[in-house]
Amino acid sequence: MTVFTGSDLTCRRGERMVFARLAFTAGPGDAIMLRGRNGAGKSSLLRVMAGLLAPLHGQIFWQGEDIADDMAAHRARLQYLGHQDAVKPVLTVWDNLRLWAELRGIRDVDSEIDRALDALGILHLANTTGRFLSSGQKRRTALARILIGPAQLWLLDEPTVGLDRESSAGLAGLIEKFRGDGGTVIYSTHIDLDITGPKLLDLDEFAIPMMEWLAGAPDDVVPEEGPQAIETPDKEGVSA
Amino acid sequence: MNAFMAILRRDMRLALRQGADSVMVVAFFIVTTTLFPFGVGPEANILARIASGVIWVSALLAAMLSLERVFQTDYEDGTLELLTLSPVPLELVVLGKVATHWLTTGLPLIVAAPLMAVMLNMSTDGFGVLIVAMLIGTPTLSLIGAIGAALILGARRGGVLVSLLVLPLYIPVLIFGAGAVEAALLGMPVQAHLQIMGAILLLSLALAPFAAAHAVRQAVE
Repeated sequence: MTVFTGSDLTCRRGERMVFARLAFTAGPGDAIMLRGRNGAGKSSLLRVMAGLLAPLHGQIFWQGEDIADDMAAHRARLQYLGHQDAVKPVLTVWDNLRLWAELRGIRDVDSEIDRALDALGILHLANTTGRFLSSGQKRRTALARILIGPAQLWLLDEPTVGLDRESSAGLAGLIEKFRGDGGTVIYSTHIDLDITGPKLLDLDEFAIPMMEWLAGAPDDVVPEEGPQAIETPDKEGVSA
Repeated sequence: MNAFMAILRRDMRLALRQGADSVMVVAFFIVTTTLFPFGVGPEANILARIASGVIWVSALLAAMLSLERVFQTDYEDGTLELLTLSPVPLELVVLGKVATHWLTTGLPLIVAAPLMAVMLNMSTDGFGVLIVAMLIGTPTLSLIGAIGAALILGARRGGVLVSLLVLPLYIPVLIFGAGAVEAALLGMPVQAHLQIMGAILLLSLALAPFAAAHAVRQAVE
C-alpha cells in the first residue's frame, strides 16, 4: 500500500534549479536513501517533504491527500532531523528534550524521554548540560528527539554526522525497528547504514541547468519518467 | 495552552540561565534616561515637563535592544525550523516568545520606570498612570517587535534593520503613552489615551502573531 508519494516535484533555491520532475513513492515499512553529489538537492527534497519548503511545481500526497491541504496533520505524523542538532548549550539533555515531548502532548514526559535516551545510549547524560556534550553526543540527543511521541514518517538529513561506528549501527537498528512497526523512513547519508533493502533515489538524475530552464526547454533536459529512477538494490549495494 | 506554557517555561529558563538580557535592558534604560539631565540641564521644572516623554522614548529604545534575540538563537541552532514543524500552531509559539520577551524586558522596565520618574522630578500624580500605561504599552512593543525580529532573520546587521523596521510602528504607543501621563499631570482625563493604547494592544495581539509566524516560515524555507 503506497502512503507517501510525490509527483512532478521541481525545486528552486535562489537562482539555481535544484531538481525537476522528481517523483517518489513510499509505503509503510519502506526506506528511501537519497543520494547525489553535494548540492544535488537531498536536503532540499527532505525539506520539501517536511513542508518546510514549498516546491516550485508538483505535489506531495499522504494516502492520496495533498499534504498542503492539511499541514497540521502532516506535521503531527512526521519527525524531521536537519543538519543542526537544536541542542541548547545551557540546558541539560533532559531539559532539551522536554520541550519536544510537551509540544507533542506526551502525558508521561519523564518515561518517554528516558526511553528515548536509553534507546540512543545516552541515559547517563540526561543531566549533562549541552555545552559539555561532544558533537556525537549532541547528534544522539537530536536523534532521541525523533523517538519522542508517535510518528509515521521519519525524514533524516545526514543523521550519521558525528556518530561513531557503534552509534551508527544503533541508529540503523532504530530505523529497522521503526520500519518494522510500519513507519516510513527517508534519509540522506554519506556513510553505509546497515539497513535492509532501501530504495535509492539518485537526485543527480533530476538535475537541470538554470539556463536551460530559463530558456523554456525543460522537457528536453529532464528525465521524462521520474519514478523509474528509483531502484531497489541489494543491501550490499547501498553505499556512500 | 499547554504548548504555550511549554514554550514560555523553556524560554524563561533559557533567559534566566543565559543571564544578562534583562539586566542589560534595565541598565540601558537607566543610563539613557540619566543622559537627558546632562543634555537639557538640571532645571527641575524642565525635567518634570519632559519626564514622561523621556521615560517612554528610553523604554522604547531599551525594549528594542533584546528584540534581535527573540528568534535569532533558535534560528541559528535549528530549533526554529523544528518549532515550525511541531504539531503546535506557529502563532502560539510566537505568542510564547513574545510573552517571554515582555517578562524579561517590559516588566523590568515597568519596575524601573517610577525610579526614573523620581529622578526626573515627575509629580507623583503621574506615577499611577505611568505604570498603567506601561502595563498596556510594553506588551504592544513586544508584539510589534516580534514582527521585526522575525523579518530580520538571516539578515546581516539585523540589529540596525530591526530598529528601522520597528521604531516607526512604535510611534502610536509613544504618543498615547506619553500623552496619558501628561494628561494625568495636568489633571485631565486619561481614559481616552489608555483606551486607545488598549485598542492598539488588542490589534497587535490579533495580528502580530500571524505576521511574525509568516515571516518565520519564510525565514526557515
